[in-house]
Amino acid sequence: MQVLIVEAKLENIPRVTDFVNDSLEALGCPMKVCMQIDIAIDEIMSNIVRYAYGENIGKAEIKVEVTEQPQSVVITFIDSGVPYDPLKAADPDITLSAEERQIGGLGVYMVKKSMDEVEYKYKDGQNILMITKSFGK
Amino acid sequence: MNIDKKQQGTQLTISLSGRLDTTTAPQLEGELKHSINGVTDLTLDFEKLEYISSAGLRVLLAAQKVMNKQGEMVVRHVNETIMEVFEITGFSDILTIE
Repeated sequence: MQVLIVEAKLENIPRVTDFVNDSLEALGCPMKVCMQIDIAIDEIMSNIVRYAYGENIGKAEIKVEVTEQPQSVVITFIDSGVPYDPLKAADPDITLSAEERQIGGLGVYMVKKSMDEVEYKYKDGQNILMITKSFGK
Repeated sequence: MNIDKKQQGTQLTISLSGRLDTTTAPQLEGELKHSINGVTDLTLDFEKLEYISSAGLRVLLAAQKVMNKQGEMVVRHVNETIMEVFEITGFSDILTIE
Protein backbone atom coordinates (compact mmCIF):
# COMPACT_ATOMS: atom_id res chain seq x y z
CA MET A 1 0.00 0.00 0.00
CA GLN A 2 1.18 3.48 -0.92
CA VAL A 3 0.33 6.44 1.29
CA LEU A 4 0.50 10.15 0.57
CA ILE A 5 -0.29 12.91 3.04
CA VAL A 6 -0.83 16.42 1.68
CA GLU A 7 -2.30 19.65 2.92
CA ALA A 8 -5.88 19.75 1.65
CA LYS A 9 -5.48 22.60 -0.83
CA LEU A 10 -6.74 22.85 -4.40
CA GLU A 11 -3.21 23.32 -5.74
CA ASN A 12 -2.19 19.96 -4.25
CA ILE A 13 -4.74 17.98 -6.27
CA PRO A 14 -2.28 17.38 -9.17
CA ARG A 15 0.17 15.87 -6.65
CA VAL A 16 -2.48 13.40 -5.57
CA THR A 17 -3.31 12.59 -9.20
CA ASP A 18 0.37 11.98 -10.02
CA PHE A 19 0.80 9.84 -6.93
CA VAL A 20 -2.14 7.60 -7.80
CA ASN A 21 -1.22 7.46 -11.49
CA ASP A 22 2.23 6.11 -10.61
CA SER A 23 0.59 3.06 -9.06
CA LEU A 24 -1.91 2.71 -11.87
CA GLU A 25 0.72 2.89 -14.58
CA ALA A 26 2.77 0.20 -12.87
CA LEU A 27 -0.33 -2.01 -13.13
CA GLY A 28 -0.90 -1.26 -16.80
CA CYS A 29 -4.22 0.42 -16.12
CA PRO A 30 -6.08 1.22 -19.38
CA MET A 31 -5.97 4.93 -20.18
CA LYS A 32 -9.73 5.34 -20.06
CA VAL A 33 -9.96 3.85 -16.55
CA CYS A 34 -7.00 5.98 -15.46
CA MET A 35 -8.80 9.11 -16.61
CA GLN A 36 -12.02 8.09 -14.85
CA ILE A 37 -9.99 7.68 -11.67
CA ASP A 38 -8.28 11.06 -12.23
CA ILE A 39 -11.71 12.68 -12.53
CA ALA A 40 -12.84 10.94 -9.32
CA ILE A 41 -9.74 12.25 -7.52
CA ASP A 42 -10.52 15.79 -8.68
CA GLU A 43 -14.11 15.56 -7.44
CA ILE A 44 -13.28 13.99 -4.08
CA MET A 45 -10.26 16.17 -3.29
CA SER A 46 -12.05 19.39 -4.20
CA ASN A 47 -14.92 18.36 -1.91
CA ILE A 48 -12.49 17.75 0.95
CA VAL A 49 -10.86 21.15 0.42
CA ARG A 50 -14.20 22.96 0.24
CA TYR A 51 -16.33 21.17 2.80
CA ALA A 52 -14.17 19.28 5.27
CA TYR A 53 -12.02 22.15 6.45
CA GLY A 54 -13.82 25.27 5.27
CA GLU A 55 -11.54 28.26 5.78
CA ASN A 56 -8.94 26.21 7.62
CA ILE A 57 -6.29 24.03 6.09
CA GLY A 58 -6.02 20.46 7.23
CA LYS A 59 -4.44 17.29 6.02
CA ALA A 60 -5.70 14.74 3.56
CA GLU A 61 -4.34 11.22 3.52
CA ILE A 62 -4.58 9.15 0.36
CA LYS A 63 -3.98 5.42 0.36
CA VAL A 64 -3.67 3.34 -2.78
CA GLU A 65 -4.00 -0.43 -2.67
CA VAL A 66 -3.77 -2.51 -5.80
CA THR A 67 -4.59 -6.13 -6.36
CA GLU A 68 -3.34 -8.13 -9.30
CA GLN A 69 -5.97 -10.85 -9.51
CA PRO A 70 -8.40 -9.49 -10.50
CA GLN A 71 -6.72 -6.23 -11.40
CA SER A 72 -8.27 -3.52 -9.30
CA VAL A 73 -7.42 -0.49 -7.26
CA VAL A 74 -8.84 0.77 -3.97
CA ILE A 75 -8.19 4.40 -3.16
CA THR A 76 -9.02 5.73 0.30
CA PHE A 77 -9.31 9.44 1.09
CA ILE A 78 -9.12 10.39 4.76
CA ASP A 79 -9.57 13.81 6.32
CA SER A 80 -10.15 15.06 9.85
CA GLY A 81 -12.60 17.81 8.96
CA VAL A 82 -16.27 18.14 9.82
CA PRO A 83 -18.31 15.00 9.20
CA TYR A 84 -19.39 15.09 5.57
CA ASP A 85 -21.03 12.21 3.76
CA PRO A 86 -20.99 13.03 0.04
CA LEU A 87 -23.10 9.97 -0.73
CA LYS A 88 -26.04 11.28 1.27
CA ALA A 89 -26.93 13.98 -1.25
CA ALA A 90 -29.74 13.22 -3.66
CA ASP A 91 -28.68 12.51 -7.24
CA PRO A 92 -28.98 15.60 -9.44
CA ASP A 93 -31.73 15.87 -12.04
CA ILE A 94 -29.75 15.36 -15.24
CA THR A 95 -32.74 15.98 -17.53
CA LEU A 96 -33.06 19.71 -16.85
CA SER A 97 -32.29 22.33 -19.48
CA ALA A 98 -29.24 24.60 -19.30
CA GLU A 99 -31.29 27.37 -17.72
CA GLU A 100 -32.68 25.15 -14.97
CA ARG A 101 -29.45 23.30 -14.22
CA GLN A 102 -27.67 23.26 -10.89
CA ILE A 103 -24.09 22.05 -10.83
CA GLY A 104 -24.12 20.97 -7.20
CA GLY A 105 -23.91 17.23 -6.73
CA LEU A 106 -22.73 16.43 -10.26
CA GLY A 107 -19.20 15.60 -9.17
CA VAL A 108 -20.18 12.98 -6.62
CA TYR A 109 -22.75 11.61 -9.05
CA MET A 110 -20.01 11.15 -11.68
CA VAL A 111 -17.84 9.32 -9.15
CA LYS A 112 -20.72 7.00 -8.22
CA LYS A 113 -21.42 6.25 -11.88
CA SER A 114 -17.83 5.67 -12.99
CA MET A 115 -16.44 3.68 -10.04
CA ASP A 116 -17.45 0.13 -9.14
CA GLU A 117 -17.89 0.91 -5.44
CA VAL A 118 -17.95 4.06 -3.36
CA GLU A 119 -18.10 3.75 0.41
CA TYR A 120 -18.17 6.39 3.12
CA LYS A 121 -17.70 6.09 6.86
CA TYR A 122 -16.99 8.46 9.71
CA LYS A 123 -14.72 6.92 12.29
CA ASP A 124 -12.54 8.29 15.09
CA GLY A 125 -13.10 11.87 13.95
CA GLN A 126 -12.22 11.10 10.34
CA ASN A 127 -14.11 11.13 7.08
CA ILE A 128 -13.12 8.01 5.18
CA LEU A 129 -14.15 7.69 1.55
CA MET A 130 -13.15 4.60 -0.36
CA ILE A 131 -13.46 4.05 -4.09
CA THR A 132 -12.89 0.77 -5.90
CA LYS A 133 -12.36 0.27 -9.59
CA SER A 134 -11.46 -2.94 -11.34
CA PHE A 135 -10.05 -3.06 -14.82
CA GLY A 136 -9.20 -6.70 -15.31
CA LYS A 137 -10.68 -8.55 -18.22
CA MET B 1 -4.11 23.03 -19.51
CA ASN B 2 -3.41 25.23 -22.50
CA ILE B 3 -5.89 27.54 -24.16
CA ASP B 4 -5.53 28.49 -27.80
CA LYS B 5 -7.79 31.21 -29.11
CA LYS B 6 -8.74 32.18 -32.65
CA GLN B 7 -11.14 35.00 -33.40
CA GLN B 8 -12.57 36.07 -36.74
CA GLY B 9 -15.15 38.79 -36.42
CA THR B 10 -17.83 37.41 -34.13
CA GLN B 11 -16.62 33.82 -34.48
CA LEU B 12 -14.46 32.55 -31.67
CA THR B 13 -12.72 29.18 -31.50
CA ILE B 14 -11.15 28.09 -28.26
CA SER B 15 -8.98 24.96 -28.36
CA LEU B 16 -8.09 23.30 -25.11
CA SER B 17 -5.34 20.83 -24.36
CA GLY B 18 -4.67 18.95 -21.14
CA ARG B 19 -7.22 18.58 -18.36
CA LEU B 20 -10.23 20.71 -17.58
CA ASP B 21 -10.60 20.22 -13.83
CA THR B 22 -10.74 22.05 -10.50
CA THR B 23 -7.30 23.59 -10.89
CA THR B 24 -7.61 24.61 -14.54
CA ALA B 25 -11.32 25.47 -14.96
CA PRO B 26 -10.80 29.02 -13.59
CA GLN B 27 -8.43 29.70 -16.53
CA LEU B 28 -11.14 28.88 -19.06
CA GLU B 29 -13.72 30.80 -17.05
CA GLY B 30 -11.45 33.86 -17.08
CA GLU B 31 -10.75 33.52 -20.80
CA LEU B 32 -14.45 33.28 -21.65
CA LYS B 33 -15.37 36.18 -19.41
CA HIS B 34 -12.75 38.22 -21.19
CA SER B 35 -13.63 37.30 -24.77
CA ILE B 36 -17.23 36.05 -25.07
CA ASN B 37 -18.71 39.52 -25.36
CA GLY B 38 -20.23 40.05 -28.83
CA VAL B 39 -19.40 36.52 -30.00
CA THR B 40 -22.20 34.87 -32.02
CA ASP B 41 -20.46 31.59 -32.89
CA LEU B 42 -18.42 29.95 -30.17
CA THR B 43 -16.57 26.73 -30.95
CA LEU B 44 -14.82 24.76 -28.24
CA ASP B 45 -12.34 22.35 -29.73
CA PHE B 46 -11.59 19.44 -27.39
CA GLU B 47 -9.33 17.48 -29.73
CA LYS B 48 -6.39 17.68 -27.33
CA LEU B 49 -8.40 17.69 -24.11
CA GLU B 50 -7.88 14.56 -22.02
CA TYR B 51 -10.75 14.79 -19.57
CA ILE B 52 -13.22 17.05 -17.83
CA SER B 53 -14.50 17.09 -14.26
CA SER B 54 -17.56 18.81 -12.77
CA ALA B 55 -15.56 22.02 -12.31
CA GLY B 56 -15.18 22.10 -16.11
CA LEU B 57 -18.85 21.28 -16.63
CA ARG B 58 -19.75 24.30 -14.52
CA VAL B 59 -17.81 26.58 -16.90
CA LEU B 60 -19.33 24.93 -19.99
CA LEU B 61 -22.83 25.38 -18.57
CA ALA B 62 -22.21 29.06 -17.88
CA ALA B 63 -20.88 29.55 -21.43
CA GLN B 64 -23.86 27.70 -22.91
CA LYS B 65 -26.25 29.96 -21.00
CA VAL B 66 -24.54 33.07 -22.33
CA MET B 67 -24.48 31.71 -25.89
CA ASN B 68 -28.16 30.71 -25.72
CA LYS B 69 -28.83 34.45 -25.52
CA GLN B 70 -26.37 35.72 -28.11
CA GLY B 71 -25.71 32.98 -30.64
CA GLU B 72 -24.52 29.40 -30.88
CA MET B 73 -22.01 27.23 -29.12
CA VAL B 74 -20.56 24.02 -30.52
CA VAL B 75 -18.24 21.52 -28.86
CA ARG B 76 -15.99 19.62 -31.29
CA HIS B 77 -13.73 16.56 -31.28
CA VAL B 78 -14.86 15.09 -27.97
CA ASN B 79 -12.97 11.95 -26.90
CA GLU B 80 -14.59 8.83 -25.45
CA THR B 81 -13.91 9.66 -21.80
CA ILE B 82 -15.34 13.17 -22.12
CA MET B 83 -18.33 11.91 -24.12
CA GLU B 84 -19.08 9.49 -21.30
CA VAL B 85 -18.98 12.36 -18.80
CA PHE B 86 -21.41 14.31 -20.98
CA GLU B 87 -23.73 11.32 -21.21
CA ILE B 88 -23.64 10.46 -17.50
CA THR B 89 -24.42 14.04 -16.52
CA GLY B 90 -27.01 14.75 -19.21
CA PHE B 91 -24.75 17.41 -20.74
CA SER B 92 -25.06 15.57 -24.06
CA ASP B 93 -28.61 16.99 -24.18
CA ILE B 94 -27.60 20.52 -23.21
CA LEU B 95 -24.56 20.95 -25.45
CA THR B 96 -24.29 20.81 -29.22
CA ILE B 97 -21.59 18.21 -29.81
CA GLU B 98 -20.15 17.69 -33.28
